[in-house]
Amino acid sequence: MKKPLSEKIIEGFIHISAAMAIVSLVLIFVFIGKEALPMLTSHEVREEVTVTQMVLPQSPEPGEPKEFSWQPVSRVPKYSLMPLFVGTVKVTVVALLFAIPLSIMAALFTSEFAPSWVRESIKPVIELLAGIPSVVLGFFALIVMATYIQNWFNMDFRLNTLTAGIALGLAVIPIVYTVSEDALSAVPQSYREGALALGATPWQTAWRVVLPSAAPGIFAACVLGFGRAIGETMIVLMASGNAPVMDLSIGYPFRSLSATIAAELGEVVRGSGHYHVLFFIGVLLFIFTFLINFSGQLFVDRLKEKMAGTK
Amino acid sequence: MNNISKIETKALDLFYGHFQALKNIHVSIPPQKITAFIGPSGCGKSTLLRAYNRMNDLIKGVKVTGEVLLDGKNIYSSKMKLISLRKRVGMVFQRPNPFPISTYENVAFGPRIHGITNREQLDNIVETSLKATGMWKDVKDKLQISALALAPEQQQRLCISRLLAVEPEVLLMDEPCSALDPIATAKIEELILELKKCLTVVIVTHNMQQAARVSDYSAFMLLGDLVEFGETKEVFTNPKDKRTQDYITGRFG
Ligand SMILES: Nc1ncnc2c1ncn2[C@@H]1O[C@H](COP(=O)(O)OP(=O)(O)OP(=O)(O)O)[C@@H](O)[C@H]1O
Ligand SMILES: [Mg+2]
Repeated sequence: MKKPLSEKIIEGFIHISAAMAIVSLVLIFVFIGKEALPMLTSHEVREEVTVTQMVLPQSPEPGEPKEFSWQPVSRVPKYSLMPLFVGTVKVTVVALLFAIPLSIMAALFTSEFAPSWVRESIKPVIELLAGIPSVVLGFFALIVMATYIQNWFNMDFRLNTLTAGIALGLAVIPIVYTVSEDALSAVPQSYREGALALGATPWQTAWRVVLPSAAPGIFAACVLGFGRAIGETMIVLMASGNAPVMDLSIGYPFRSLSATIAAELGEVVRGSGHYHVLFFIGVLLFIFTFLINFSGQLFVDRLKEKMAGTK
Repeated sequence: MNNISKIETKALDLFYGHFQALKNIHVSIPPQKITAFIGPSGCGKSTLLRAYNRMNDLIKGVKVTGEVLLDGKNIYSSKMKLISLRKRVGMVFQRPNPFPISTYENVAFGPRIHGITNREQLDNIVETSLKATGMWKDVKDKLQISALALAPEQQQRLCISRLLAVEPEVLLMDEPCSALDPIATAKIEELILELKKCLTVVIVTHNMQQAARVSDYSAFMLLGDLVEFGETKEVFTNPKDKRTQDYITGRFG
């Protein structure tokens, strides 16, 4: 059958839109990659900073002990990415440890236990949380939360990983909650009936049947939450104390990869080693996120196959 | 007729909001027999069945009056624990509803929630329950594979095994074969006949032949009333009520 012209036009339009999304993603990667590439290829840049210097500990002056440090604008510039990397990982872990259990339990509560009026009011409120600009969350963390958290946990530093992590967690909650809630609500009612008819309590039904049945969706929610956490810049920039300290403790200030780009790219000398390093960081973030999303998706697919028994 | 009964229903009324779905139902379900509920669509068969393990409690706005006595104890009294009631009175649904976990875990689910954690004991229960439904041979080598990979008939068998694992006394079946093909239906019917050796079975069906084939007693329902109850042979060959006769001879429904 021949398609009418209007149908062809609409189809073409949809194809173009989809292609544009992919093309722009590729172009972003290409342009960032182009600015990062001199790190590996340009002789001049490599005289200033090498990948080895960014990864392995360096002595600032000959004879001094080796250390990891990020001081790109000191007399002897130091470009170790390790403190930034550790900071990013720390804050992401704290944020996810805080946000994921909370969001999943909240989703489980709203989908399984809450009376309908509670569900209908909690859901939009949490979704509203997603609309709060991150600068506002950062401000809140910096001014309000930091004081309380310092007092409660008796911290030496007012701005530290715990504070920033929790603030970041607040930004992660809505996305994990919303996607998990959808996954839980999509679990067929017949599973619940089957469990209840065997004498399971509502809690056993929720925990042992509904939650596992929604596992692929919930895992996907966590991956999305991770993407949100690792990419978030403003909250971390404001609440972290922004000191590139190489330390694993959650009581210390830190600096993240993303916040470093945001804070330094505006003032860097264009074409300098520092400039290219910042783009290199951008590429790293891009690759991390891509890898995590990709392996997350693989895992979700395998989980689905396992549940359907088609593996 | 038998005067001891497994489930005695007395003056049962059930309302969905303002709509009365069951009207003054009196019926006694004899033990270790198969009782069929028949009647046209919407007459309240499923509702009555679900009243026996209080599955209607899940629906908002349901009001129940009257009594349902299980071994002489009213299941709607506040003393009756919902969990032990549902353990004693299991339910098989219209569409097979195995959980999306392994066959083993499906069967072990009931015993686990009722407190059995010993692995060996669970293994035994799983094996006995699957043997009781005649599917052990087919699935013993793929116990760890998701139950959703099984064929519909096997899934329905699994759902029955899952119930047997908690050793119920009564099995409620709501059109358990309506999602199955004729061959699978015949096999499940065979299984149901096998089960009545140790269980009381109540089955809802739309299929007259099925009721005639498997059941010992039949109850004919119409618009929320229980019109006639008796031995299946009697109900089918010599119905006392005109409406039953009309239904059985296919004059309406
Ligand atoms: N959740 C509910 N809320 C309101 N009314 C309901 C509900 N469930 C059933 N009903 C009504 O109660 C009556 C009896 O329903 P029931 O499901 O018991 O019928 P049935 O005999 O099982 O029918 P079928 O053969 O189609 O399964 C019907 O008129 C139906 O519309
Ligand atoms: Mg029904």
